[in-house]
Amino acid sequence: MSATVIQASGLSKRYERGATDSSSLLRDKLARAVRTPWKAWSGNKKETFWALKDVSMDVREGEVLGLIGRNGSGKTTLLKILSRITRPTAGWATLHGRVGSLLEVGTGFHPELTGRENTYLSGAILGMSKQEITRKFDEIVAFAELEDFIDTAVKHYSSGMYVRLAFAVAAHLEPEILLVDEVLAVGDIKFQKKCLGKLGDVARAGRTIILVSHQLNQIRRLCHRTMWVDAGTLRQAGPTPEVVSAYESAMSSTDGADLPGRNSFSLKARFTHWEILEPSGDSPHTLASHSPVKIRFHLEVRQPIRNSQQGIALYNVDRQLMWATAAQDISFEPGFHYLDYDFPSLPLRPGAYSWQVSIWEHEVQVELWDAVPDLIIAAQNHQHWRDEWNGVLNIPSSFSTSLRKG
Amino acid sequence: MSSMTSHPAVAAGVNKQASALPTIRIEPMRGGIDLRLGELWRYRELLYFFVWRDVKVRYKQTAIGVLWVILQPLLSMLVFTLFFGRLAKLPSQGLPYPVFYFAALVPWLYFSMALVSVTNIVVDNQRVITKVYFPRLILPVSAALSGLVDFAIGFVVLVIFTVSYGIRPGPYVLLLPLFLVLAFLTVLGIGLWLSALNALYRDVRYLIPFIVQFWMLASPVAYPSSIVPERYRWLYGLNPMAGVIDGFRWALTGRGQAPSTVLIASTAMVVVAVFGGLIFFNRMEGSIADRV
Repeated sequence: MSATVIQASGLSKRYERGATDSSSLLRDKLARAVRTPWKAWSGNKKETFWALKDVSMDVREGEVLGLIGRNGSGKTTLLKILSRITRPTAGWATLHGRVGSLLEVGTGFHPELTGRENTYLSGAILGMSKQEITRKFDEIVAFAELEDFIDTAVKHYSSGMYVRLAFAVAAHLEPEILLVDEVLAVGDIKFQKKCLGKLGDVARAGRTIILVSHQLNQIRRLCHRTMWVDAGTLRQAGPTPEVVSAYESAMSSTDGADLPGRNSFSLKARFTHWEILEPSGDSPHTLASHSPVKIRFHLEVRQPIRNSQQGIALYNVDRQLMWATAAQDISFEPGFHYLDYDFPSLPLRPGAYSWQVSIWEHEVQVELWDAVPDLIIAAQNHQHWRDEWNGVLNIPSSFSTSLRKG
Repeated sequence: MSSMTSHPAVAAGVNKQASALPTIRIEPMRGGIDLRLGELWRYRELLYFFVWRDVKVRYKQTAIGVLWVILQPLLSMLVFTLFFGRLAKLPSQGLPYPVFYFAALVPWLYFSMALVSVTNIVVDNQRVITKVYFPRLILPVSAALSGLVDFAIGFVVLVIFTVSYGIRPGPYVLLLPLFLVLAFLTVLGIGLWLSALNALYRDVRYLIPFIVQFWMLASPVAYPSSIVPERYRWLYGLNPMAGVIDGFRWALTGRGQAPSTVLIASTAMVVVAVFGGLIFFNRMEGSIADRV
């Protein structure tokens, strides 16, 4: 039996709700200190919540562990604790070996610096030594396919080039323990595959990986064992096929009344699943292009529904509404129905999104479904290379400039 | 499991290697005082990269780059010489006004600019802080270090300038590095407090210009510290920059206020500020990633 490299017990993390309120002004704090000196510096009572509660785990050397769960279930918090970005409120963990964390693409990149300079900078921030980067430099550049642009400032890169270089640096990290959060969901699908392949190589070299992903296909392909985190606690852990199936069936089951996604108001009708009909790809829930899209929802109707409204909404991970519409005066006879939506394209930045579909009859809700699994957008990003300038829309554009004559 | 039965030698080798690897212990914040300076040493390469990035970006962004670094103390010196020297006729310890002011402005500008960048560095790097671990202390230290590049350029100009006025530095010039270390520690000691506070409270950023302005008036930049009555010198010296600037002028020109009560008080103050700052920064470090 190989050695345990990660051991954690009772890890918990409590956050304050709304940490950026008025108390984050020093002026206010000082004013309070003058008025009520005995209270000001003691912890004032704020509303708190547990992002993670009592999670224990053992990970063995060379194991690839998947971490799944709904948005906000605590996966990222767990990863942040293990990578020492934040400290647990309670519990402990021991890690044997160097830890590399990949929580975003292009950590530490600076637009003013060249590709070469950024490779060194980002590599060092992610935990590589200068010597190690120098040794792997040519390999990284070749992997990113950027030989001709490596001495150009990154601010002149296209977003595709930027992502490729950022990934290439990250893919060449070789710590004993690698923590990866969803980063593989960005970038175009061809390059994603290349990165997955590289990650697989890393795993075969006996390194330990913890991978957070919404893409259950990736989890199935890469992970030996999977942990399902739900509402901050460990719901199930074990061999990947078992846990992923349990997760999938819980997410789409009718009996999942305890799940936040399902509010069955009547038994007249229910949504069973959804898929991307066009373009057809590897996964029915991953969209990898900007081409026309056809989405199909499956509705099982048990009793006739008259003059109903059908609503649809699309949310991002922060539960921000991206788009919604509704159709009026539809009638359904008992049976299985297809509800198809056609879009010229879904110009959204890469990431996870969720559909919400509903049926209303005379202003009364018949069915409301937070569709699972999530919609994963994996199309090439056409946005600004700096994250703070990334909006919600991801629209391919071209730019030209010309001198007005006369 | 299978690897052990089929290749016991390989498995043993792997285990041996594993035992040589670092062990990381993750726990909630505790009350003790552990400055973790050893960790800073282990991450010295990353410290180098942060300094390198700062310097590189700074000189790439400003078109006139190096010229600006020279112009800033030079122009300030001209204004000081005209108004405080020629018009207000403040004493200058027997030194020509331009040398008197320039010798103070070079360390002062290092202090004021480095203090601003140390204060802002945690907030400016919040994206990196929330995505990857490294000892956070690296950030303020790197900001205090990267300011030394500007200082070095200014210092070269200062030496040329001093010599061209016919002032030959004496043997005391060998003590200059000591005053530079004192200036660096002052930046760090005060900066650690301010950078942690800046990450926790959004309004600290706006306080900085006032602090810097106030501080300059309380330092012997525009006037010699000899105008402070003898019995209050120790109090005046509690401003560490008083010791730094006095010492700097004296070591370079051999004239002016030799290190005395002021320097002792300044050094004591710096030691207190650095230790207090390290403790405060380390205590706040845990919550910084949750707050920024």
